[in-house]
Amino acid sequence: MKKGSTSKIILTLLVFIMIICGIQGHVEAAEQKTIILATTTSTQDSGLLDVLIPMFEKKTGYFVKTIAVGSGQAMAMGQKGEADVLLVHSPAAEEKFVADGFGINRRLVMHNDFIIVGSPDDPAKIRGIRSTGEAMKKIASAGKLFLSRGDNSGTNAKENQVWKVAGINPEKEKWYQQTGLGMGQTLNVTAEKKGYTLTDRGTYLALKKTLGLDILNEGDAILLNIYHVVEINPAKWPRVNVAGGKAFADFMVTPETQEVVKTFGTDKFGAPLFFPDAGKKVEELGK
Amino acid sequence: MPMLTVNNLKVARGGIPVLDIPHFELEAGESLAILGPNGAGKTTFLLTLARLLIYSQGELLFKGQDISLPELTVPYRRRLAMVFQEPLLLNTTVFNNVAAGLKIRRMAKQEIEKRVSKYAELLKITHLLNRDARKLSGGEAQRTNLARAFATEPEMILLDEPFANLDAPSRDSLIDDLHSILRQTETTAILATHDRLEALRLADRLAVMDGGKIVQIGACHEVMNHPVNEVAASFVGMETVFSGYVLKVADGSFVVAVAGHAVEALGNVEKGERVLCCIRPENIIISHDNAMEGTSVRNNLPAKIVKIIPQGSFFKVHLDCGFFLAGYVTQQSLENLSLKEGKNVTVSFKATAVHVIRREK
Amino acid sequence: MDLIVDGFLKAFHLLISLDREVLGITLLSLQVSGLATMISLFLGISCGTAVALTEFPGRNLVVSLINAGMALPPVVVGLFVTVFFWRNGPFGFMELLYTPAAMVVAQTIIATPIVTGITLAAMQSLPKKLRLQILALGATRPQMLLILMREAQLPLLAAIMAGFGGVISEVGASIMVGGNIKGYSRVLTTATVMETSRGNFDMAIALSIILLFFVFLINLALTLIQQRERPR
Repeated sequence: MKKGSTSKIILTLLVFIMIICGIQGHVEAAEQKTIILATTTSTQDSGLLDVLIPMFEKKTGYFVKTIAVGSGQAMAMGQKGEADVLLVHSPAAEEKFVADGFGINRRLVMHNDFIIVGSPDDPAKIRGIRSTGEAMKKIASAGKLFLSRGDNSGTNAKENQVWKVAGINPEKEKWYQQTGLGMGQTLNVTAEKKGYTLTDRGTYLALKKTLGLDILNEGDAILLNIYHVVEINPAKWPRVNVAGGKAFADFMVTPETQEVVKTFGTDKFGAPLFFPDAGKKVEELGK
Repeated sequence: MPMLTVNNLKVARGGIPVLDIPHFELEAGESLAILGPNGAGKTTFLLTLARLLIYSQGELLFKGQDISLPELTVPYRRRLAMVFQEPLLLNTTVFNNVAAGLKIRRMAKQEIEKRVSKYAELLKITHLLNRDARKLSGGEAQRTNLARAFATEPEMILLDEPFANLDAPSRDSLIDDLHSILRQTETTAILATHDRLEALRLADRLAVMDGGKIVQIGACHEVMNHPVNEVAASFVGMETVFSGYVLKVADGSFVVAVAGHAVEALGNVEKGERVLCCIRPENIIISHDNAMEGTSVRNNLPAKIVKIIPQGSFFKVHLDCGFFLAGYVTQQSLENLSLKEGKNVTVSFKATAVHVIRREK
Repeated sequence: MDLIVDGFLKAFHLLISLDREVLGITLLSLQVSGLATMISLFLGISCGTAVALTEFPGRNLVVSLINAGMALPPVVVGLFVTVFFWRNGPFGFMELLYTPAAMVVAQTIIATPIVTGITLAAMQSLPKKLRLQILALGATRPQMLLILMREAQLPLLAAIMAGFGGVISEVGASIMVGGNIKGYSRVLTTATVMETSRGNFDMAIALSIILLFFVFLINLALTLIQQRERPR
């Protein structure tokens, strides 16, 4: 019986050593220069960052910690100095963020657009309506099911903007449901329940095959989803990695990066997911 | 030098004194039984002697050496063994249980095997060695417990009511085996018990404890026959206990010489043996002028009434016929025979009323 | 239903082809939760045994705290660890947020009360006099503790399984303090949540199956050890 216990102890020690070695390897990675990039789940879900981040890391030697949360949380992190740079798409909130002194050097990076999708039989009959506001009014008056992410994300912010323009407050309506989930999941719920929802084109394209939802409204200028990169103001938070944040922001607007943005997604979906806009003015955007 | 010397030992729990022993000595090779009611302090005393309980003040000497220093505790404990009422066996085979104390002492494997088989044999559990300890009967478990204690070949063994949970047949056989092992190994022993018969069968000396104090201590029949107070009396002094030599043996009956008398009794003994016998007080018959002679009562002895003690609905009569006798009589008989202290009477009892507690060669 | 079958097939394929990313995620899961479990075992078993065998003032309070700790919501732990470790928090200088080390810390905090609570119950369920008997046999204090622990093997192994189970399946705290960073702090649970939110259900199911597989394997090993010591 003694022998049994000895081999158990040896086994435990081996496992322990293996674990320590593993964790050690990861710790070493972190001891390089680190940047905390706060961005949104939809940006991460598009897969663009999986291409850009390694490019950046190779070029500059920085280690980027991409924290993908909702826009609201990303900016809250920026406000508390817990991130070094933001890549978000909530222009109104970003403007306030910079105005309040939390962010500096806000630069336009790219845009994609939102679309309204729904089940192919289109119960509210919005197909063909040019104005998104009008389409939304029709859904409301027909009382057809509309799913919202309801999570303070950039997508959610855009959705609220459209409702406002349409002059409708869907908050307490029976046909309005808030999932609190990410875009991909919300699309699945929408497909299940045969409702309508607002989504970014990228996520829709990625899931199109399995969803069974059609694009029922697109192209209105209001549906533009505009991405900016914002560096966090070190004056408020001295621990911010200023050089790192700037390096990443600079990277996002260089011609090579913009070229990658331009072609991203074409091989997979037949159409690009994003449109590079570095150096342009916001007013110039749109089809 | 006495094996154990205790001076001014005091133990308190929560400020209340639970043990107070001004002086106590135990000789090597001796067997001492401690009788007493629940809460008398028997267990406390044993635990203190084993240094499993802390004492607030006092001196404890083992073979003359003061063992109160903390670093001496474990070596001291390894020279004794303690057996509790519950077997407290470990979750493993009987062999491993018996070997437990030896493994703790880091004994070599071969030595362990030798010791285990020796003591398993003495306790008659050799056939159980490979069995799981949880599948033993009460008696088998307690035997394993005892084997475990004896296997360490202790200089002193402390037993706290070890037979209390056993049924009568298991208890009887185990008491016999324990008695012979104690004799064989000459281990000093202290046995705490409720049961005076058990005490008489195993011990040379008897102590009575009450309220944390030793109320009386001395040779068996002394204590049994001369209880010093009420409490002691409730444990002892209720039966006649005497010791004598076997003079003659016939078919299943014998004659024992005690205090100049020849008492007839039943039992399987050998000539020349020393026996310890007892007679229940209900079986003592008091009469005048040898009135029971010629009846089926074999023993008729002249005696003097020493004391009459009222016991509620009857009376206990202490008699002296060269040895101490205790008997019960009703109020009626007391009056009819005008029994009084100091009177000479005849005491009678049947041969079948004499129980042999213990035999020594 | 086909989704689940697809998931199984994908899981199988990923493992067989030794997909680098999946392998990395799996290994990290086992490393983080394994280390957290080991630390919690060390802390939990020693603490639980000490409390079980000692009388001290305020003991009841300590025991109820331990028992309450067993039900500590992991998300709450994650939140508090985040607040402590972020840059402007008291331990910000350690720069541990969004690292696997932070995940180990959070998971250890989650697992330790579980292991402590079960150990406490296990040691207290031993017969009260057993400790005295073992000491009477001449055991030193360390010897006595080892013997008691061996006696309580069955529930102690259950404590290990409960502690490990609690953290390998944990996701809320792990996402918060680890950041789910690709190739760095992404583990099976956090990756599953991410894939689900993206709508990649087949991948999510595949990762879940891999997680279940390893959890089962480890519990199988521990169960065999636990039941082997059981009386036949």
